[in-house]
Amino acid sequence: MNRSVSQKNIKLARNLIIVAIAMFGFGYALVPIYDVLCELKWIERDRPDALKQAKEKAYEIDKDRDVTIEFVSSINENTPLLFHSEIEKLKVHPGEYHTVNFYAENKTDNNLNAMAVHSYAPAVISKFVDTITCFCLNEQSFKPKESKVLPVRFVINPELPEQYKTITLSYTFFDRTENQ
Amino acid sequence: MKKTKQLFAGLTLLASSQQGAQADYPLNLMSGITKVSNHIYDLHMLILWICVFIGIAVFGTMFYSIFHHRKSKGHKAAQFHENTTVEIIWTIIPTLILVAMAIPATKAVIELDDVQDSEMSIKVTGRQWYWDYQYLDNGIKFESHLDEASEKAHRLANGNPHSVPHYLLNVDNPLVVPVNKKIRFVFTAADVIHSWWVPDLGWKKDANPGFINEAWTLVPKAGTYRGQCTELCGRDHGFMPIVVVAMEQPDYDAWVKKTLAKQEEPVDLADLSREDLMSKGASVYLKNCVSCHQINGSGITGTYPALTASPKVIGPIDPLIGFIQAGTSRMPAFSKLKDDQLAALLTYIRNAPELGNSVGDEIQPKVITPVYND
Amino acid sequence: MSAVVAEHDHHHDDHDHGPAKGILRWIITTNHKDIGTLYLLFALAMFFVGGSMAMIIRAELFEPGMQFVDPQFFNSMTTMHALVMVFGAVMPAFVGLANWMIPMMIGAPDMALPRMNNMSFWLLVAGVLMLASTLFMEGGAPAGGWTLYPPLVLQTGKAFPFAVFSVHLLGISSIMGAINIIATILNMRAPAMTLMKMPLFVWTWLITGFLLIAIMPVFAGAVTMLLTDKFFHTSFFDAAGGGDPVLYQHIFWFFGHPEVYVMILPTFGVASTIIPVFARKPLFGYSSMVYATASIAFLSFIVWAHHMFTVGMPLAGELYFMYATMLIAIPTGVKVFNWTATMWKGSMTFETPMLFSIAFVVLFTLGGFTGLMMSIAPVDFQYHDTYFIVAHFHYTLVPASIFILMAAGYYWLPKWTGHMYNEKIGQLHFWLSTISVNILFFPQHFLGLAGMPRRIPDYAIQFADWNMISSIGGFIFGASQLLFLYIVIDTIRGGTGEKVTDEVWEDAHKHGLEWTLPSPVPYHTFTTPPTVIPTEHI
Repeated sequence: MNRSVSQKNIKLARNLIIVAIAMFGFGYALVPIYDVLCELKWIERDRPDALKQAKEKAYEIDKDRDVTIEFVSSINENTPLLFHSEIEKLKVHPGEYHTVNFYAENKTDNNLNAMAVHSYAPAVISKFVDTITCFCLNEQSFKPKESKVLPVRFVINPELPEQYKTITLSYTFFDRTENQ
Repeated sequence: MKKTKQLFAGLTLLASSQQGAQADYPLNLMSGITKVSNHIYDLHMLILWICVFIGIAVFGTMFYSIFHHRKSKGHKAAQFHENTTVEIIWTIIPTLILVAMAIPATKAVIELDDVQDSEMSIKVTGRQWYWDYQYLDNGIKFESHLDEASEKAHRLANGNPHSVPHYLLNVDNPLVVPVNKKIRFVFTAADVIHSWWVPDLGWKKDANPGFINEAWTLVPKAGTYRGQCTELCGRDHGFMPIVVVAMEQPDYDAWVKKTLAKQEEPVDLADLSREDLMSKGASVYLKNCVSCHQINGSGITGTYPALTASPKVIGPIDPLIGFIQAGTSRMPAFSKLKDDQLAALLTYIRNAPELGNSVGDEIQPKVITPVYND
Repeated sequence: MSAVVAEHDHHHDDHDHGPAKGILRWIITTNHKDIGTLYLLFALAMFFVGGSMAMIIRAELFEPGMQFVDPQFFNSMTTMHALVMVFGAVMPAFVGLANWMIPMMIGAPDMALPRMNNMSFWLLVAGVLMLASTLFMEGGAPAGGWTLYPPLVLQTGKAFPFAVFSVHLLGISSIMGAINIIATILNMRAPAMTLMKMPLFVWTWLITGFLLIAIMPVFAGAVTMLLTDKFFHTSFFDAAGGGDPVLYQHIFWFFGHPEVYVMILPTFGVASTIIPVFARKPLFGYSSMVYATASIAFLSFIVWAHHMFTVGMPLAGELYFMYATMLIAIPTGVKVFNWTATMWKGSMTFETPMLFSIAFVVLFTLGGFTGLMMSIAPVDFQYHDTYFIVAHFHYTLVPASIFILMAAGYYWLPKWTGHMYNEKIGQLHFWLSTISVNILFFPQHFLGLAGMPRRIPDYAIQFADWNMISSIGGFIFGASQLLFLYIVIDTIRGGTGEKVTDEVWEDAHKHGLEWTLPSPVPYHTFTTPPTVIPTEHI
């Protein structure tokens, strides 16, 4: 093989290796791209870390319609918590502020850290739910046998399209003790 | 030879479309019982027929050519190698067919997606390896495990699947729903991803840990509908079926009343006979322990410890109770077991000949002192 | 349309020596033919390893009830069968063909980067051995499916990091192989060999090479994220830390969908090379074949989420991925029509390579039809994760990729070895394989439609009959492949004893440069580039 061809080969190989390394980076870049696509509601629901605390502001209350809010509480794997909401369904008018209490109790004699992950359905409505307070914004620590009252204060933005009459707000506790 | 095979394949499909699901040789998609499942079935048949016709045209041409344009018949090869008109035609026709298919398909997607205006909601949680149902409207909550007959038939060396009615498709507590009500399902999972599928309803939906998905159904006809988990979820993925029982409204109301009453019953702490303890314990064991510790208590070497002759099992009771209720880093906590169930389980695992243990004691519900206040 | 046999005057340059002696020849070789042989033999060995796993699966599924294996081991078998077949058998076999044939097809003396070529083969061996070693580790081999979905895959025992590292090794090996192939095609062609004169096998590999470079690093990234999630407390896919397990599926299928085309595009290339020779006609629509291949490759990057219709996507996503997926039917259809038109009014003979190629066109098209059916999102809500999809992708891989690899073996073995294979046994192999592969996979359509989920070790009684038929087909298919092994060994050792000509197949020298070389092919070829290019294939 003559020298010029062999130099051309090495140069091309080097460029292709750079492409391969860039594609490895692109694999990681898919993570933030995914966040963006989720926010646009093209491919997925909202991300657990996408929930932002909203400021309480006055909306005009839409008395003409009701939206049923369902509260779903779950515990992942062996997280030794008792966890439930005070009510499972609530009818609200868009624009009205509500606070719903959740109760969580550490069943063990040890300290426990747990993170609640929120998920709203249908996926497209999450931008119409303003969360003023939520225990899912921070990791919760529990002392041995400690019970906690965990409030969620929220409002449904009156701009919520008419067709959505039932909305589910789900919170799942994951054990994070070992990550400390 | 191959032509006949193609023909055979076509005919089988043809036959299947007319006979529907046969008992022994089911061939085609079931049309299901809901409006959505019927639309999906129609769509399936439409595309199937389109494919059959394209197949007949293409393979027909090919086999005509294979039969006639062969050297052994003295056929001389033509030398053409392109024809723009033909190429344009066979690009445009498939495109038009695809557009025609996309229209009903889009309608069906929109129909599936429309979960609003439901009359009741059920939360479905996938777990390794059973389903957990919670009715958001009336507080009913229960677990749904593979039934005991199927468990024994597939786990015991001498088990006979053929003798079990609805082998692997039967559960202890089916999901009961009323007919003619739009039901909204909310799916989530507690460990890994599962997927909830009842073919008669026309869809499946993944259950992801930490997230919720929704789907809906409206069952027009009372009956029992069976399905399975369809996302690989570990060792016993094949053993977590789904059974939906649809009831007329009055029957459903009666079921709700009965189930709620049972749910609120206090635990009966009365002493039980040895036989009762052992048989009750065996069924608790089959539901909760057998996946890992196996039907003969041998566990899985290197993964799950054996119960046979285990000092933890045949030793003092109190630490054993704590162990089961609180779990360990590798074993889930079974604090959900009621005192009577736990007592029966303890009696069973310490004394069952099939597990190879014989401590010779009976543990009664009243001696259980909870580690957790569940 | 004539050919001139290139002269083979051996200048005894310092690098232009014959093969080294003994076992060392195979370890240190940088000769494209030696490395091609290594790849092909390794792929054949892995085909039997992966095949044995399939036999275990079909044996367990022979009748209802658990007979032979533990469910966890069953899951390991389905997982390892897929990984071994994809990364150990099909991909290396096509790389082996590329090594052997591309330099000979484009008039180059060797691959562009011979030393890297050697390294990529041995990395492949290391990767597959590491993967195989996980079978003997505490907790067993990975059992979460070849897709390695979290959180399930994170429950793998000691084998987990080894599986991840083996994916890294396999990825690096594939990328190096792809770089080498691209460099060879772009830089090493004989001056007379313009891009639009290249045989389609070379074209499809050029496109496949770019696919590999684009996707293997993404897969490596995805498994690295799994690794850091498990051991270093990152939360890419863990909801508790703000991640999402479904994100993994998106990244995986961004890799995974083009990956399945990596296995099918070179298949198209070989079919387009073989069919014209036995139809004694030029390939119909050469340039539309090239464009169709390129558009299939492009589309493969924008349809990934059709593997995830039931995962819970909003309406917009469902519709987009459905429409985009349906589009793939168009270029794929063009290819099938072109092959049919190539046969039309030809003067066909039906030697084993042609028989396998015709079976490929027919059976791959069946797999394509079921693919089209599954692109319809609402219907996929029924098909997804059932035996219907198992039947679909096995039709597009076994009687497609594997059959074409068999066809390629029969087609080029006489050129490689200088010996003719036994045509009678070859045809027997063909008929046994074709009949049994349909007994094996066709009933799986029925099983899936009737409601049998995939990846289950045991099933309800109503699925018993078709499963038994499918298993019987599987055993016959598996046993038939031993015939192929026999033929390969027999041909290497002399075959029928008949002296093969340089062109081997009637007028093949009009279709490809490799047939202008002597049979068996000398150790070094095209040390001076050929000046006349056969153009019958265009």
